[in-house]
Amino acid sequence: MSYVVLFLMGVLLVAAASILFLKTPIQAVIVMSVVSLMASILFLFIAAPDVAITEAAIGSAMTTIIFVIAIEKTTGSSFNEKGEGDA
Amino acid sequence: MRKVVTGLLLAGFLFYVGSLLAGIFLVDAPEQPRIVGSTILAGAEDEAGAANTVTSVVVLYRGFDTLGEVTVLFLAASGIALLFGHAGKAKIKKGNAGPGFILRTGGRLLYPFFFLFGLYVIIHGHLSPGGGFPGGVIVATGFFVALLTGDRVNIPEGWFALCESLAGVGFIGLGLVGLFGEAGSFLAQVFPLGDFGSLVSAGIIPFIYAVIGVKVAAELSGAVGRFYTSDEGETL
Repeated sequence: MSYVVLFLMGVLLVAAASILFLKTPIQAVIVMSVVSLMASILFLFIAAPDVAITEAAIGSAMTTIIFVIAIEKTTGSSFNEKGEGDA
Repeated sequence: MRKVVTGLLLAGFLFYVGSLLAGIFLVDAPEQPRIVGSTILAGAEDEAGAANTVTSVVVLYRGFDTLGEVTVLFLAASGIALLFGHAGKAKIKKGNAGPGFILRTGGRLLYPFFFLFGLYVIIHGHLSPGGGFPGGVIVATGFFVALLTGDRVNIPEGWFALCESLAGVGFIGLGLVGLFGEAGSFLAQVFPLGDFGSLVSAGIIPFIYAVIGVKVAAELSGAVGRFYTSDEGETL
């Protein structure tokens, strides 16, 4: 189990650091959602299922939704025009 | 003036960091007696009756904080309503091909299950992890998935507002019922506890979490619907 935790923490750290180097906001938001999901699974491992389910629902789903809509509204383009091919 | 403010903020931050460091390195911290936690863990089954102790803490022991959180959420939803106005029809932007086949079909297939699972999480909040806040968010996410399919989803803003108001009033009302009970305080446990661990148990807790779930679901669904369907032109 500790290997699983180490792996999850590794993914979390790499994803969190890689946000700094991503080009478009939409990529950063998606990777932030990954960070949140990893944090949620780690919460589950330290026996905090209530926090885990809240983190998964709010941090990983709702925040991403709000951010994606906001980016689409402010830049006018999200998926099909710019951000897809150059990931 | 600006430099003074910056200096003050910086000094405050440095003091905060310094006191944290002092707490780590300098103070030889004794073993903290965790009085509150152990007392709640020992007495929660008899006092609150919820199988999930976290829920009894959230709804009963710190019910006032939960009321504050619900108020914060209400203010945020009101702000969004003020900024974005009425929700329009979900429409597809030009230059965008709209939802693809997989998103359309999968979304239509999945969103009832989002609602079902959210409802489950809300209703079983006193038995299993979850409760009103995450359950409400899951329901709102399902609503957003329904919007994403590109179907003409009617956004019942009036119903959302009605549910939200009734749930808020219900929360306060359930809290006020506690005044007439044995303990005589706001948000006290007044209803009979029932069988420990069964669906109808823990007295007032499932009812409070249900109204919180309805409130969160209505607020967030309305907010996401407004946010998603409003025109860019008129809001800027």
